[in-house]
Amino acid sequence: MPAPLAADRPDEIMRVEQKSATQAIETNLAPGRAREVLRALWRSKTFVIGLAIVLFWVLDAIFWPLFVPYDPEGLVSPTTLQPPSAEHFFGTDDLGRDIFSRTLAGARPTLTVAPLATAIGVAGGILVGLFTGYFRGIADDIVMRIVDALLAFPLIIIAVLVISILGPSITNVILVIGIVFTPIVARTVRSAVLVERQREYVAAAKLLGNSNLYIMFAEILPNITGPIAVEITIRLGYAIFTSATLSFLALGIQQPSPDWGLTISIGRVFLQTAPSEVLFPAAALATLIVGVNLIADGLRQVLEE
Amino acid sequence: MSAPHPSASPPATGALAIDHLSISYLRRDRVLPVLTDVSFHIEPGEAYGLVGESGCGKTTVAMAVMCYLPTNARIEGGHIRLRDTDLTRAGEAQLRSLRGNRMAMVYQDAGSALNPSLTIGRQIAEVYRFHGGLDTTAAMDAAAAMLETVQIADSARMLRRYPHELSGGQQQRVMFAMALATSPDLLVLDEPTTGLDTTVEAEVLDLVARLRSKFSASILFISHNLGIVTRMCERVGVLYAGRLIEEGPSREIFSTPRHPYTLGLTRCVPNRIMRKDAHRLDPIPGSLPPLGLAVQGCVYAPRCPIARARCREEDPPAFVSGERRVSRCFYHDEVSGIPRSEEALPAIGGESAGGDLLRVEHLSKRYGAGTNQVVALDDVSIELEAGEILGLVGESGSGKSTLAKCVVGLLEASGGEIDFAGRPLVRLGDWRKPELRRKLQMVFQNPDTTLNPSHTARRILTRAARLLSTAGSSADVERQVTALAAAVQLRPHHLDLKPSFLSGGLKQRVAIARAFAGAPALVLCDEPTSALDVSVQATILNLLVDLQTKERVAYLFISHDLGVVRYLADRIAVMYLGQIIEIGRAEDVFSPPHHPYTEALLSAMPTIDESEGARIKLSGTMPNPANPPTGCRFHTRCHRFLGEICREREPPWQEDGEGHRYRCHIAPADLEAAQQEAMSRPAKDGNRPEAEIRA
Repeated sequence: MPAPLAADRPDEIMRVEQKSATQAIETNLAPGRAREVLRALWRSKTFVIGLAIVLFWVLDAIFWPLFVPYDPEGLVSPTTLQPPSAEHFFGTDDLGRDIFSRTLAGARPTLTVAPLATAIGVAGGILVGLFTGYFRGIADDIVMRIVDALLAFPLIIIAVLVISILGPSITNVILVIGIVFTPIVARTVRSAVLVERQREYVAAAKLLGNSNLYIMFAEILPNITGPIAVEITIRLGYAIFTSATLSFLALGIQQPSPDWGLTISIGRVFLQTAPSEVLFPAAALATLIVGVNLIADGLRQVLEE
Repeated sequence: MSAPHPSASPPATGALAIDHLSISYLRRDRVLPVLTDVSFHIEPGEAYGLVGESGCGKTTVAMAVMCYLPTNARIEGGHIRLRDTDLTRAGEAQLRSLRGNRMAMVYQDAGSALNPSLTIGRQIAEVYRFHGGLDTTAAMDAAAAMLETVQIADSARMLRRYPHELSGGQQQRVMFAMALATSPDLLVLDEPTTGLDTTVEAEVLDLVARLRSKFSASILFISHNLGIVTRMCERVGVLYAGRLIEEGPSREIFSTPRHPYTLGLTRCVPNRIMRKDAHRLDPIPGSLPPLGLAVQGCVYAPRCPIARARCREEDPPAFVSGERRVSRCFYHDEVSGIPRSEEALPAIGGESAGGDLLRVEHLSKRYGAGTNQVVALDDVSIELEAGEILGLVGESGSGKSTLAKCVVGLLEASGGEIDFAGRPLVRLGDWRKPELRRKLQMVFQNPDTTLNPSHTARRILTRAARLLSTAGSSADVERQVTALAAAVQLRPHHLDLKPSFLSGGLKQRVAIARAFAGAPALVLCDEPTSALDVSVQATILNLLVDLQTKERVAYLFISHDLGVVRYLADRIAVMYLGQIIEIGRAEDVFSPPHHPYTEALLSAMPTIDESEGARIKLSGTMPNPANPPTGCRFHTRCHRFLGEICREREPPWQEDGEGHRYRCHIAPADLEAAQQEAMSRPAKDGNRPEAEIRA
């Protein structure tokens, strides 16, 4: 019905055109929000340093077979527990394996488990958070009390409990971390949804007759990507840490994998005599976690501006 | 033509003299000029108004005077003198003492300017302790005395209160108390009443007028509201794009403008006699040039109806003409002859077919339960014919938006009936059929949140067309989006922009197009222009009138701006504390006899064509809706309070012919006589004592 409004009135169109000829550009000239954020991130030292560290470990996790001097799982030296030398940069471990090669190779299991676990946790958290925050009501109350209860337990205790029941395996570690993260992410997403659902565009979308699913995923979700991005980076840091802890407790990745947590766990027996076996994987793990957290901090600062 | 004046202002003799002031903001690596060669002065005891639309540099002037400029601002040239002190050269320590002792500022949002965790008393006393050198008890006594000066009753108790326990009007009074504590030479008021309700605004303005006679401070009054400035100030300067383009006595400047921009401003506001079916608003074409755009010639030339080649080449100097009138326009003599725009009035369609389109009966909406129950709507009945505009006015908290949301289905009413096009409406929108949604749409208040920031205008309109219109194929939908955009005068390239790239007016046009996607029969407009500048408001109002006449749409138009409602509405309903207290044809509601509350709202309305009559000041604020007054809900503030009957018995509807009715104990004939008499009474200071004393 509005179609014939202006289309069949040439004089109407003329008037509009004449007016716009004198009209200065009515749009503001500031660059878009996404580009602005990217530029600000690039200027943030915190973010750039964090990104460099994480990028280093990601590339290493992919390409380590090209660099390592020895097979990380092979017994390459007859002398065990060697200190660092020109032949073995970081020394050898209790079985005579090359620690340098094992440290480089250890990034791969960690950087497989943590991102997958984070992905599960974030996906689950977005679903739960969107539904509870959008619909509110009794379901919201119940889910949020469950979340409160879960948050009261230290993450690691739940993980240990579940893994000891299901048995240690990479898949179980990924699932457990992902599931434990779900309520935490859900809480962040929910609070962002609560703000967003009050805005007039959501009311307008309802009046047009959009389905609730459309409003949740097409109207609200694109506007809460900021808090979700921050949450992803924070969760990634925790996931790395948790997966290393589970390996350390022998509940995660098993021998002979060069996984950092596992290596630290074995090497701690020899900490007094040969610290290299603990020191280098621990340093690697620490830098990766610091890197991820720097990214999270940089992202949060920029998005909060 | 009069000769250009060497300098717009005489040498610094006044309380404040601003001389050729230019200020830029540095953003990234760009220098963006915000003020260019601004000169004016304020005499001791004089009130000087500074008007202009948002983004023209008003607040920058205020900040520059107070030396509160942000760190990325740079004074490129010029001087600001307070009496004999050059503020642009003053050091930090000197400024600190100047700010407290010789100049003070009252901000727009008193709620956020006061510290929420300190009592009112401590905050006012602080000024006395630091600048007056008083000890704690003496400072508290002085604070109490000052509260009485700004007419806050029960000052001893008030001193112990926290800002959140005060109403908006009281908070603003406290701000005045703090500003005046040291009897400054200069008081800077930056939009001191924006965001307050009309009746509270009138109260605060009266306070300012009264304080002026008590304190001899000069006032720099910044506002976007021409009516307020006319009422409050002796002289007015008009800012446009960082330049002072016209200056003169406030009575003359808006009645006989000498700059096309000033003329444009006065013509986009509907005045007392304008009606949508007889007059079109005259919006200023185009928009403010973006910050930092290099302009050759006159900044206003691209939007000016009388611009010539010379205007685009030379920057016009300040021409002094007549007594104390300055205009930066080469052709200031011709301004008065600029005709109104020749846009033809849209042909008003035949009278409505009759029959009610919307009928709301005994609608109620309650929140909470028990003692915490708030009655947002109480027994509200309205009716609306097809193609009619019903204006809904009232102060904030009166239930206007709740009513609209109940009708449109965003809120579920607690009781009562809503009939739409002869059929009862399902209470919640989720359950309404598509053809009903198509017929009943809403335009929201806030242009910044009404559109999804992640979606382009095209996506928003496409979605609306797909859901609301009967267009089937995607080609049809696309064609319809183009037609919708053309109908609201959006240009094709606007469609591919996200809302953050669109100005407030453009965003509101997209929102209107969205509501019209399905050929609605009724559109609820919830203050659609309240966040827009007057020239943009005029465009949007014209657009709404055009669409109404072409599409035969009815509007329920909510506004706190009576001028807009009078211009637009066929009928008007006045709400107070969740009730309709008066309803009738616009001209009946605006003329006696009308409800005393309507009378007060009307008299509080500042206009530039004001015929100075006695103003009614309502005492106090709207009572808490959780605990409404007994009897007549308005009796606590009513200036025509009769006595016991008002307090005890709910007033009956009084009929005044032709569908005009109001809820009051006073009969139409008596009320009319009293109100006619009040209107003819001349204004005098401190008038109407009977209306003020009651708390």
